[in-house]
Amino acid sequence: MHLNRWFSICFLVLLALSGSAQAHKSSGSYLTIDVAPQSTTGRLDIALRDLDFALGLDQDGNGELTWGEVRARHADIAELAKNHVGLKSDGAECHLEIGQQQIDEHSDGAYSVLPLVWQCPKAVQTLEINYTLFADIDPQHRGLFNLRFGEQSQTAVLGGDRPIQQFEINASTQSPALGGGQALLQFGLQGLWHIWIGFDHILFLLSLLLPSVLVYQSRRWVPAEDFRQGGVEVLKVVTAFTVAHSITLTLATLQWVVLPSRLVESTIAASVVLAALNNVWPLFQGQRWTVAFLFGLIHGFGFASVLTDLGLPSSALLVALFGFNLGVEVGQLAIVAVFLPLAWGLRSTAFYRRGVMTVGSLMIAALALVWLTERLFDVQLLVKLPIFGSYR
Amino acid sequence: MSSIRLFLVALLAHIGWPLVALAAPHTPAADAVVVEKLPLRAQDPTSRELNRLRAAWRQDPQNPELAAELARAYFEQAVAEGDPRYLGYAQAALKPWWSVTEPPPVVRLVRGMVLQFSHRFPEAIVDLTEVSRLEPNNAVAWSWLAAVYLVTADYAKAREACDRLKPLAADLAVVGCLAYVDSLTGRAQFGLERLSSALLRQPKADPALRLWTLTRMAEISERLGENRLAEQHFRAALALDVRDTYLLAAFSDFLLDQGRPAEVLTLLKEFARADTLLLRLALAAKDAGSPNAAKYQQEMRERFDAARRQGDALHEKEESRFARSLLKENQRALALAESNYRIQREAADARALLEASIACRNPQSAEPVLEWMAQSRVESVILQSLARQVRAIKAPDLTKACT
Repeated sequence: MHLNRWFSICFLVLLALSGSAQAHKSSGSYLTIDVAPQSTTGRLDIALRDLDFALGLDQDGNGELTWGEVRARHADIAELAKNHVGLKSDGAECHLEIGQQQIDEHSDGAYSVLPLVWQCPKAVQTLEINYTLFADIDPQHRGLFNLRFGEQSQTAVLGGDRPIQQFEINASTQSPALGGGQALLQFGLQGLWHIWIGFDHILFLLSLLLPSVLVYQSRRWVPAEDFRQGGVEVLKVVTAFTVAHSITLTLATLQWVVLPSRLVESTIAASVVLAALNNVWPLFQGQRWTVAFLFGLIHGFGFASVLTDLGLPSSALLVALFGFNLGVEVGQLAIVAVFLPLAWGLRSTAFYRRGVMTVGSLMIAALALVWLTERLFDVQLLVKLPIFGSYR
Repeated sequence: MSSIRLFLVALLAHIGWPLVALAAPHTPAADAVVVEKLPLRAQDPTSRELNRLRAAWRQDPQNPELAAELARAYFEQAVAEGDPRYLGYAQAALKPWWSVTEPPPVVRLVRGMVLQFSHRFPEAIVDLTEVSRLEPNNAVAWSWLAAVYLVTADYAKAREACDRLKPLAADLAVVGCLAYVDSLTGRAQFGLERLSSALLRQPKADPALRLWTLTRMAEISERLGENRLAEQHFRAALALDVRDTYLLAAFSDFLLDQGRPAEVLTLLKEFARADTLLLRLALAAKDAGSPNAAKYQQEMRERFDAARRQGDALHEKEESRFARSLLKENQRALALAESNYRIQREAADARALLEASIACRNPQSAEPVLEWMAQSRVESVILQSLARQVRAIKAPDLTKACT
């Protein structure tokens, strides 16, 4: 006893003097609630370490939690969440159903992810949350709360001295703040902007358009005689590209088809390489609209990722989609409107046929090859200039 | 042909890979998959002791002795692991007395310790002073008072608290306490000699106490510019094989200052869990050009963000360093360092503020540190050199450097 006391004094003295190095963040869970007109759903992430302290998950006591050990206690975990995360809509209790848990990693360890569905007596106007998770065993625990309704979102810290908090959800913000016309305009401008800063799309289109004022005869490019012929060629390429990317933009935005972004971005870069090289060593002469169509399909997925990143209003999805696509087309037409007269005027010069067609195309191909490598292997070769901003 | 196929397969694997690594809720493939490693195993002595204390406390949660004992055990765990979760557990045990003006001394002592760990220094001083007044022979109260006064740069009071320890605690602890004050008040060489002779006198001292002494000797040597000696002390402390977050952080900083980031990566490989050590890993990875640099940085950023959202302002010094060295957000780094220095005034806090002031070319903000350096006569090669750099800045140029 005496020795024990002496040791504990020593120990504390030295603890006292080792400075107070707090090395972790305190315990926190993540609660997200989505309030929609018909439903209130959400997700609660609780740290497995906290659950272990509260419920003793580590059955065999070996210091490692297996999925089996966590899964076996699903009922207790769900019960804990039910008892300590209460929701009231306009004063009336909502009934909580908890789905099958999954696992997710946060920066400080693994969390149990619980899908939540509430049944509230009527559409939610005032939301009251009563959060007392771990309040009895760790008063420093907090819930990081994210409330989303329509386009709006709100964050708060739950627990501690304020277990009960209220949030107003007014009907006008639940439906999108944007009217149909406004959404059309806003997403139209976004589409315009993104074709403008999406250098890879511009270069793809230009590479296909460059030869449209020329004709390939006996292994060399000669100026076209007929403006109509060139115009029709441009029309075919632009239309094919537009139709194709409109199809996939729609499919991807509605999430009917989902492709990994790395595959999409890499293929877009490859399409630019191919289109540019075709101007130096023609492979698909007269078939450029087919190429525009095929690769246009992939470019549509690229546009879609931008649109998704913008955050789509679910209620005005189709308007947004239409507006965005319209913006892309307008941007494209603007490029063609500048390109065609210039190219037509210069088509007989050596500058155009050698400088632009050959050297220019090779430069485009080289640049696109760098992109391709970057995107395939997720490395960065070029200093990132804003103009090279691709869709990520 | 087959080589082309192989290439294509490799390519596809490469493209598909990020999908797998992407963090999203998932269902592990099998029950046997280990999803989390816990800091303690059930058989660990610490774990058993905590369970024993917890069971006793559960029987009688209103008993101040039992509550204080449990809270203290959690507190020690918080220090050893650097995990504030245990502070929360300690606070829960002290719940009946947490907001009471005059709790029983046994409870009040632990409350003061927990408060100081949460950087609530003025409240901690009130609790600890009151306990030491009621129980003048309480060595723990005096040692914590000394510690808090050191952090808040009140060296006269710190020395007094060390003196009061003399008849109560082990010789090495008392000498260590005084030597630490010496090292910050212009008598570093003297303090260092005192420490090393005390260590020689007590070869059988507890390893944890030896570790603490060696860490201090290393730090003082480093401040005196004797890097070779500092490294010897650091290595001797590490050789004791006692887990100590503070030692690892201090040695990592030493190595980073020496331009030896690769050694930090090896040293801390297993310790990314502690925020303070993850920061050093992120800094080292960047310096060494390690492929993990982005990953560490992202993780660190997420933890700071989560801590901030939680209203947790305990990491300002670290976050300032993170913002300045890795994010190049000099303005924010300066704001954090200034705010931190209002509460904590140790050498590392001073350094954070000097470095942030220099990055912002804002000598004015470094005034409190320069004042402290002049008053305390602290010896430190690094601090002196930074102070010279600050003084060399002609006029504040906020527009250019601080964005």
